[in-house]
Amino acid sequence: MSDNKVIQVEGLTKMFGDFTAVNAITFEVEKGEIFGFLGANGAGKTTAMKMLIGISNPTSGKAKVAGFDVFTEAENIKRNIGYMSQKFALYDDLTVKENITFFGGIYGLSRKKIKEKSDALIKELGLDEIANQLVGSLPLGWKQKISFSVSLLHDPKIVFLDEPTGGVDPITRRQFWELIYKAAHLGTTVFVTTHYMDEAEYCDRVSIMVNGKIEALGTPKKLKEQFNAANMNDVFLKLARG
Amino acid sequence: MKRFIGFVKKEFYHIFRDRRSLFILFGMPIAQILLFGFAITNEINNVDIAILDHSKDATTKEIINKIAASKYFSIKQMVTREADIASVFQKGHVKAVLNFEKDFSKNLIKEHKATIQIITDATDPNTANTISNYVNAILQQYQKEVNKEIIIAYQIVTETRMVYNPELKSVYMFVPGVMTIILMLVSAMMTSISITREKELGTMEILLVSPLKPFQVIIGKVFPYIFLSVINAVVIVVLSIFIFNMPIQGSLLLLALESVLFIISALALGILISTISATQQTAMMISLMGLMLPVILLSGFIFPISSMPIPLQVISNIIPAKWFIIIIKGIMLKGVGLQYIWKETLVLFGMTVFFIALSIKKYKIRLE
Repeated sequence: MSDNKVIQVEGLTKMFGDFTAVNAITFEVEKGEIFGFLGANGAGKTTAMKMLIGISNPTSGKAKVAGFDVFTEAENIKRNIGYMSQKFALYDDLTVKENITFFGGIYGLSRKKIKEKSDALIKELGLDEIANQLVGSLPLGWKQKISFSVSLLHDPKIVFLDEPTGGVDPITRRQFWELIYKAAHLGTTVFVTTHYMDEAEYCDRVSIMVNGKIEALGTPKKLKEQFNAANMNDVFLKLARG
Repeated sequence: MKRFIGFVKKEFYHIFRDRRSLFILFGMPIAQILLFGFAITNEINNVDIAILDHSKDATTKEIINKIAASKYFSIKQMVTREADIASVFQKGHVKAVLNFEKDFSKNLIKEHKATIQIITDATDPNTANTISNYVNAILQQYQKEVNKEIIIAYQIVTETRMVYNPELKSVYMFVPGVMTIILMLVSAMMTSISITREKELGTMEILLVSPLKPFQVIIGKVFPYIFLSVINAVVIVVLSIFIFNMPIQGSLLLLALESVLFIISALALGILISTISATQQTAMMISLMGLMLPVILLSGFIFPISSMPIPLQVISNIIPAKWFIIIIKGIMLKGVGLQYIWKETLVLFGMTVFFIALSIKKYKIRLE
């Protein structure tokens, strides 16, 4: 297996009883890539992602994340990935600094390292004034940015983002994507689910899931050519309508 | 270990920054113990009664004086006609009327028999019962004094001795019960709420994706509540010793150990509840309905188990609180050692192990 493939998935399937939520998906993601995982609500994106991050057991198929098997080495995977959920899970009743310290702590960073990281992060995001405020009092856009930065605290090889920019305006979304570019530039692989089609254009490659299957996979440019569409939105509509 | 400390620290931030949980944790135990200690009582004190005296002779006066002198009753009014009795009760203050028959003294001397009718307001049956018992006791006492010189052929004298709580203070009965309720509430309800809160907010997912193992997350979450429950238990015991002068007869160490055992079983129940409820509200409802009510009604705290119908008696056995109340009543009031309560301890221990095993199993299933 090549070192450049940080995610390798082959025929990965998840059944809930008779219902096939994820149907034999196959794809690879390379190091440093921004991989967009697109699909309508209920298409199986989140289920697929949960299998990759080791909190849901696949029914069948093969998958390796950061070189570790999702069936047998989930604990090793957890050490090497970052995760940001739809709910930008920070603690509202902790301050920005306390959140950083807590999450750094559960990933086993030393106190010195946490201090370094949190100082750098506060400087980078310009958080000086709000570092000691409770997270609950901050606007959603801020929470998302901090949450993303927190998921990168332990320098993961891959960061999984589950619809990270829900509910904020396009300008804030754009700012968020600048953070994503920066992380990818530094060598972190970014695996991101979204249903904003303008965001799909920002990705290096995208896959589009419909009813549990991956129906299209490639660079945004290639997909637009393949489906003879002006933008990703049209690609998506053509696929969804069959 | 360092991770664990960081986790516990975070948990304390949650608790101390939330006024509601602070109130439940510290306000409630104190309020409850004071409420049960002072306000809710089975004893009667200064109950208002009325007298209807048809004879108004020396004997009835003597009896009335005796009753008025006791601290249990205060004579609110004198009624003159039978017809007035109903209206006296309807006003609500008077709980009993003593009706002396006509020619009381004369009958007593001539026929060796005279009658007093005790009419009580039985809208509150317990109080009514107690009042009539107390009045009877005072009359018995009076008879004995009068009959001192007369020798009766046969006489059975009962001499009652109430042991372990000679003054029949109801606070002695309530303290173990309140302690049980508080520990159950704090341990089970607060942990189930705090775990479901993480689920609701989505932070639980983040914790599960982190290198922390599920059991580390759970232990990190329940540890602060073990600590706080122990503090609560200490506060309750200290309050009952210093405010209600309740003696603790048995070993404090044994009491502490048994309490920790009960706390752990309640925590395990809390974890179990959190695995079956998706929201904080559900967790709270299940804790209140599923734990608090049985603890109050079926544990023998207020209603004696032996006078329940058989099915309820059987059900009461599966309530951990029942066993804990037996244990701490034994230690606090009777001063018994482990040799007398090992069976109950064993039952409680078995339940604790069962709940822990079940919650671990449930918790794993949830991660699938």
